[in-house]
Amino acid sequence: MSLEILTYSFMHRALISGIAIAILCSVVGLFLVLRRYSLFGDAIAHSSFGGIALGLLAGVYPLWAAYGVSIVSALIITKIKDKYNISGDASIAVLLSSGIAVGLVIIGLSGGFTIDIFSFLFGSILLVSVDDTILILSLTGIILIVILLLYRQILYSTFNEEQAKVSGIPVEKINYLIVFMAGITVVTSIQLVGVLLISALFVIPNVTAIMYGRGFKQTAIISMSFSIFSVVVGILVSYILDITPAGTIVLISIGLLAGTMGIKSAGLLSKN
Amino acid sequence: MLKAVEINHLTVQYPDVKALDDVSFVVNQGDFLGIIGPNGAGKSTLFDSMLGLNTKYKGEIKFFGENIRKSKNHLKEIGYVPQKPIFEKNFPATVSDVVRMGLRNESDENKIDEILQQLWIHELRDRRIGELSGGQLQRVFIAKALVNNPKILILDEPVTGIDQQSIELFYSILRELNSKQKITIIWSSHDLDAVNKLANHVACLNRTLFFHGMSEKFFSDDELVKQYSEASMQEHMHHH
Repeated sequence: MSLEILTYSFMHRALISGIAIAILCSVVGLFLVLRRYSLFGDAIAHSSFGGIALGLLAGVYPLWAAYGVSIVSALIITKIKDKYNISGDASIAVLLSSGIAVGLVIIGLSGGFTIDIFSFLFGSILLVSVDDTILILSLTGIILIVILLLYRQILYSTFNEEQAKVSGIPVEKINYLIVFMAGITVVTSIQLVGVLLISALFVIPNVTAIMYGRGFKQTAIISMSFSIFSVVVGILVSYILDITPAGTIVLISIGLLAGTMGIKSAGLLSKN
Repeated sequence: MLKAVEINHLTVQYPDVKALDDVSFVVNQGDFLGIIGPNGAGKSTLFDSMLGLNTKYKGEIKFFGENIRKSKNHLKEIGYVPQKPIFEKNFPATVSDVVRMGLRNESDENKIDEILQQLWIHELRDRRIGELSGGQLQRVFIAKALVNNPKILILDEPVTGIDQQSIELFYSILRELNSKQKITIIWSSHDLDAVNKLANHVACLNRTLFFHGMSEKFFSDDELVKQYSEASMQEHMHHH
């Protein structure tokens, strides 16, 4: 049975999409974590909930509506944060709650469509279609290329905004670009783990990798490896045991984090 | 002599205070200028304006004859070492990662090793920056500032957290950069003795410029030195 599942085409699609999402989330997430923006992914995911409800109500494919609503609200909240000098965590709280509020009101108005909503809240990776897989792979490719092309600019403005500005990097534009890419990444990842567990994919592999890595690239590669491992093992184990993939994936990555902390406190990793 | 920097009637008005009041001076290419003045004298505001971080000023700032309001080209000629290099303590970057961030032309990878060797930090190349001492960190940031071969080096000197040995090394590095590599240096410092030893020009700033000229002239004028010392002493007491 355990080898047989690798022959199902839905499983191929789930694994391919899952690996792409794992790579995407760990790379984009590393920049967010280092900018002390760990919960930003969560906030965008919650605002996408409003978008999904809007899409279901309007009869538009819910993820398209989610892309639009998430990206626009993420950019708006970034603008408001800069203009009115609201702290990062407070702006995340505003974004997070307004998305859920809009979603709840729309669901109430429409008389409720609970079944569809559930798959968005908790993910449905085993149900991804061929089209979904192509979309996920294309967006992953595009975002990774953009990050590679602007690697120094993005890294430098994450490291220290002021110094990056002095060296002529357009820091504000780079910040908006990161928010934009985070918006796309979150909505793309909803199918894997759902709205509620997105930030786990952004944050946990990176927090783990930072404890191992020395340089930036090494840390990014370790984070991607942990992320891919959690997603692949999570999908397979959850299928075999017939439990939820999203929860399993996140628990495995938490296990890796806990193991790393154990290794570190046993003194086997250098303290930095 | 070629003018590296020209500041004309620079005034910066903050809502509650005038940070800089009609400051004018010229830095020629090859000069080593020490800027001294008490805390809150406007040194940071002056640097921020020169570096394009503050654009709300009246007056004119020129680098190599070009007004910085018209173009940001001057930033390519400047290496900047901040007073407090703020970053996340556990930021996963090695010394060479940090220097590479400064490198505009990414194919000049050899330049990184060259500059690390020059500043005696090559053996730290693969260490995480969070593990370094204050003095080592300062040299890493100087390396980052120098990696593009700037014509001008601007340094905001850190006041605390650096041991005496590192300070001496830092001073000898500055001297060499100025005398051998002919880099123009603009350096804000709290250490009058060090300015006396290193800089050939002094600017004394306390919101307005109350002295600018050759350093021998400043240090041979007891009245000026006394005035400066009293001003910074008052400021010091005010702060405690």
